[in-house]
Amino acid sequence: MKKILSTICALALIASSLFALSSCGGTVSILENPRAEYTREYEGTTLNVFNWALYISDGSEGTFDVNSAFEELTGIKVNYINYESNEAMYGKLKSGAVSYDIVIPSDYMIERLINEDMLQKLDFSKITNYDLIDGKYKDLFFDPNNEYSVPYSVGMVGLIYNTSIVEEEVDSWSIMWDEKYADNILTFNNPRDAFAISQFLLGYDVNSTDKTTWDAAAEKLMEQVPLLNDIVMDEVFLKMEAGNAAIAPYYAGDFYTMYENNNDLAFVYPKEGTNIFVDSVCVPANAQNYEAAMMYINFLLEPEIALANAEYICYASPNTAVVNNPDYSFYGDKLLYPSAEEMPKTEYFHDIDPEIRAYYEKLWEKILIDLNM
Amino acid sequence: MKKQSFLQRLLGAPYVLWAAIFIVVPLLIVVYYSFTDSAGNFTLENIKSLVDYKEIFWISIEYSLIATVITLIIAYPFAYIMSRKRESSQRIMMMLVMLPMWMNLLIRTYSWMNILEKNGIINNLLAGIGLEPLKMIGTPGAVIFGMIYNYLPYMILPIYSVMVKIDKSVLEAAEDLGSNSLSKLRRIIIPMSMPGVVSGITMVFVPSVSTFYISQKLGGKIMLVGDAIEKQIQSLYNYNLGAALSLVLMVMILLSMALMKKFAGEGDGNLYV
Repeated sequence: MKKILSTICALALIASSLFALSSCGGTVSILENPRAEYTREYEGTTLNVFNWALYISDGSEGTFDVNSAFEELTGIKVNYINYESNEAMYGKLKSGAVSYDIVIPSDYMIERLINEDMLQKLDFSKITNYDLIDGKYKDLFFDPNNEYSVPYSVGMVGLIYNTSIVEEEVDSWSIMWDEKYADNILTFNNPRDAFAISQFLLGYDVNSTDKTTWDAAAEKLMEQVPLLNDIVMDEVFLKMEAGNAAIAPYYAGDFYTMYENNNDLAFVYPKEGTNIFVDSVCVPANAQNYEAAMMYINFLLEPEIALANAEYICYASPNTAVVNNPDYSFYGDKLLYPSAEEMPKTEYFHDIDPEIRAYYEKLWEKILIDLNM
Repeated sequence: MKKQSFLQRLLGAPYVLWAAIFIVVPLLIVVYYSFTDSAGNFTLENIKSLVDYKEIFWISIEYSLIATVITLIIAYPFAYIMSRKRESSQRIMMMLVMLPMWMNLLIRTYSWMNILEKNGIINNLLAGIGLEPLKMIGTPGAVIFGMIYNYLPYMILPIYSVMVKIDKSVLEAAEDLGSNSLSKLRRIIIPMSMPGVVSGITMVFVPSVSTFYISQKLGGKIMLVGDAIEKQIQSLYNYNLGAALSLVLMVMILLSMALMKKFAGEGDGNLYV
């Protein structure tokens, strides 16, 4: 008797979970108003997508699951793989051991990939949603004729500070050299971003090929060393949220994540200028599933999909359908979408000569060793 | 040495193969990278630029030596007391030593970060009773503390396992022949526990000198050899310099082990590594 009862219970559980699954799957799969047409022509094939971690709405915590929606719509299986940095992505791609159909690198890396013939041109006749991309993100230096890339996400670096410790008005990078805040200052744990701050402050070009300007920037960083609390990347969240440090440069979108946990935090774009980056969707030269990739890029541009991604990532979107949507939670947001008069001076990182790169990496190592003393 | 039978060699083959593929070959690759540049040409540049890192090597050795000595000072009496307890108490003490090791090293270190931080648990307690906050995180002390905390069991266990094996009747004989406690300790317990001490020192010193996670999380700006290697590989993509640094670290570890082995050789030659 007991056995029969437990069997019935088990069956009921399985049935209910199946039901729950199918009902949930149903709502995810439907695009309410697709702008483009999606066929099931490539059903059963696999699309290898190589992207930053946490850089697509993935269904966690009740968000929209972009990849499974695409799978349901087209029958193409999405194989989603993460990387941690542009350089790590480049290494994987260069080794040629694996082939990806979609990659989403940043501007300077796209420039390098194009120079090394590692990307292929996109078929824009198939990417019908491309007209949604804001004009200011077209014709950029890394892809002047808009042949290789479709902008995906945009970000700017700014200063995050804790108003309970920093009571003055902040408008300049120079506060990161203020002795009052010794042991409260964080900086980037990567040479390009860390140097850029000192270059902006000194008024140098962040893409300079003149070694003496890099020397001067390094000297400035050396002055900062005794005041630093730590050099960080993602540890910045923990440090700033708990109030263990008071000043840190980081991305505008990430400021919102920190602010949710610590309302004392504030954000500013320093007047000397700051770094802006555009991450764009590209197709590597050795991609295996080109047609499906075109369909995927078009799908990412769909207003609903781009909105879900913009909400998830918290960075600015280059998609006008998102920016102009009043339901978007960052609609008219001043940090992500500053107006023309509030727009800070911005500089893109360009692909830099390998010799210069080796040079500043050497300087960076010296600075890091100096941190110990 | 007795000649191995064919069956013995056959049974051993998978292990030999495993060791060759996953230990010997990677080590050879490290050596290869150390002496080449990014294009694969022979160069001594990497080895030459190691001079810049001499301070880093020194502080790594210094911190790990301090950590090893303190660990030994804590572990030795503990292991002795533990080995003299009733068996049931020994089991409980052993469990308490092992318990933290059931948790991952990363998680343990992360929790210490929260305890030692500027606004961490200790400083909040101090503030609660009206005392000045202490700067703990980001100091050499925090790094050494992290090493001691994480590697203490590796010192206790080998010393304890040697000490339990010391026959009680030997100690009784010493007493009968007129030894006081001090000479008992000096002439019997210490010499007989030497192999355990030696292997404990190796097991604490080696992971301490090569650590990078502890110094990164608790040491703030402090950079040890492990951090320098991690940085070259993970963020600067200079595998060649990273390999050269690892090579030095490897030589250092081998030297310290050889030295330890010499000490152990004067005892009864049992090195538990």
